[in-house]
Amino acid sequence: METTTRSTKPHARRDSLLTISAVGAFLAFLWYADNHFSPYNIRILNNIAIFIILAVSYNLINGVTGQFSLEPNAFVAVGAYTSAILTLSPEEKLASFIIEPMVWPLSEISVSFPLSLLAAGLVTAMMALLMALPVFRVRGDYLAIVTLGFGEVIQVVANNIVPVTNGPLGLKGLNPYTNLWWSWGICIVTIFCIVRLVNSSYGRAMKAVREDETAAEAMGINAFRIKTLAFTCSAFFEGVAGGLLAHLITTISPTLFTFLLTFHLLIIIVVGGLGSTTGAIIAAAVFTYGSEFLRIVEEPFSFYGFDYEGIPGMRMVMLSLLLIVVMLFARRGIMGRSEFSWQWFFDIPDRVGSRLRRSR
Amino acid sequence: MDYAFFLQQIVFGLTLGCLYGLIAIGYTMVYGVLRLINFAHGDLLMVSAYIAFFGIVMFHLPWVAAVVIAVILTGIFGILIDRGAYKPLRRSPRISALITAIGVSFLLENLGIVIIGGRPKSFPVPEVFSGYVMAGGVRIPILSFWVLLVTAVLLIGVVLVVNRSKTGMAMRALSRDMETVTLMGVDANRIISFTFVLGSVLAAVGGILWCMKYPAVEPFMGVIPGLKAFVAAVLGGIGNVTGAALGGLILGLAEILIVAIQPEWSGYRDAIAFCILIVILLTRPSGIMGEDLPD
Repeated sequence: METTTRSTKPHARRDSLLTISAVGAFLAFLWYADNHFSPYNIRILNNIAIFIILAVSYNLINGVTGQFSLEPNAFVAVGAYTSAILTLSPEEKLASFIIEPMVWPLSEISVSFPLSLLAAGLVTAMMALLMALPVFRVRGDYLAIVTLGFGEVIQVVANNIVPVTNGPLGLKGLNPYTNLWWSWGICIVTIFCIVRLVNSSYGRAMKAVREDETAAEAMGINAFRIKTLAFTCSAFFEGVAGGLLAHLITTISPTLFTFLLTFHLLIIIVVGGLGSTTGAIIAAAVFTYGSEFLRIVEEPFSFYGFDYEGIPGMRMVMLSLLLIVVMLFARRGIMGRSEFSWQWFFDIPDRVGSRLRRSR
Repeated sequence: MDYAFFLQQIVFGLTLGCLYGLIAIGYTMVYGVLRLINFAHGDLLMVSAYIAFFGIVMFHLPWVAAVVIAVILTGIFGILIDRGAYKPLRRSPRISALITAIGVSFLLENLGIVIIGGRPKSFPVPEVFSGYVMAGGVRIPILSFWVLLVTAVLLIGVVLVVNRSKTGMAMRALSRDMETVTLMGVDANRIISFTFVLGSVLAAVGGILWCMKYPAVEPFMGVIPGLKAFVAAVLGGIGNVTGAALGGLILGLAEILIVAIQPEWSGYRDAIAFCILIVILLTRPSGIMGEDLPD
């Protein structure tokens, strides 16, 4: 068993020092990447950061709390629209809202990028709270269908409230505020917050609810409150990630936020190991980088005289098969439910040594 | 509003409601027995529609033969999905089977794209089903009669099976307590397979009827009907077959009538089901005809 209180944890100072220096080294790498990488690679790095934020927060409700939800595409859409509407200047709004002019207070407001991200998170968390109240009062089962339905509804709404969202035309010409510092900065903050939350007493309550809701309630845990807390927290970070995404791709429209995004994230957290934040981070990075290569499957290529015609949809077939196979045969994913710790890192030589001795 | 217009909308609403009801029955039975939201259920509509389409267009089978083959094959397909994807996970946490269900649903949709292509195909509708009769200024499509008839017959059949037969009794018992029922000597796997066949056959029939009403067959055609049928099942009381049909009717009527009364809301038609779901969960989570079951 891992020790729970801080003071009894061995090497606490060493571990935090190591964490800080690892983050420092990573920031140095970012500085190097910012100056020397091609725009394409910088774009991939930004995508990785955003997907890590999404995967880690999606894992909080699905993996740690064990409530199956299908919300990321909807919440990313809400966050993206909120922050995009807030950062556009009044002149840009006047120019791009050509079907119907924008409603009054929104048409005049223009705030800074960080403030818009915060607003995106808060608005999304608000939406999550409104959904959590009816759903968690009943049974967690309905969360999946309510969030799936919300994902469809949000597209309908974005298409129809033209004075707010500009309808099917979407919002164009956003300032590309999202750079490596913003995306990775927020990514690191998100990981820090969620790891602290999971390791707190609230986090242990979430895991208790996942394992056995009735038993958890018998121990005095208010399952309704814990589930609502987890759902709202993950919504907050997904909203912020939506804001980052909007200012990375600079054009958003209702068709952008389909269920596909949710499906990708589901695969990421399942392959990483449901309930493991480390797994979510690793899988998000590998998957975002790897899916660039998987595009090849759908494009025609020639391999040693063997002509392969690209098959549209093949990538998604392979991904759904991957999801099913992992679920059926390797349910622990990469990390299971374990997390990275420095102690584990330092124990590697010992473990390798003992394994070698045993095999001899 | 004029009387004939109102009646006309009722006819449309009932037709749509019957289709939702047919699909919802399969959802509700599988959920009742396994406590699993079978996300792939909606996609069975697409599977049956494609099988029938290819039977008619490529193999030049008679229409009826193609449809019967489609319904049978979809029923078998339902068992295969259960055996392959859900059965190995019966003893694992519920979330595993839900994730697999989403995976199966996505696999079917994208296999549709890979094998058949994303372009919608028009479904052949025989003469018997086209045309309409006029009654008191109301134009009733012949298809509406057929939809109503088929739904009524199938619903009565399913209700009889569930309430009167021994298999139905085992199904109802399984939904209460799987462990105990297995100890009583009931072959749970056989009953679950039967539930999947019954549900898939209903979805297959629903898929064929859906294609005759909206004659475009495409890989994602089952997603929205599936989602709404689940709402109908919750509305009627999940686990309750008659409730599912009733929920379907209410949902169909609500969608058509709200848009008929407030035409400017037509863009929000797909959001109505979602609002109904939220209201039901807030006011009466066990649904209209449902009973409070312990988890």
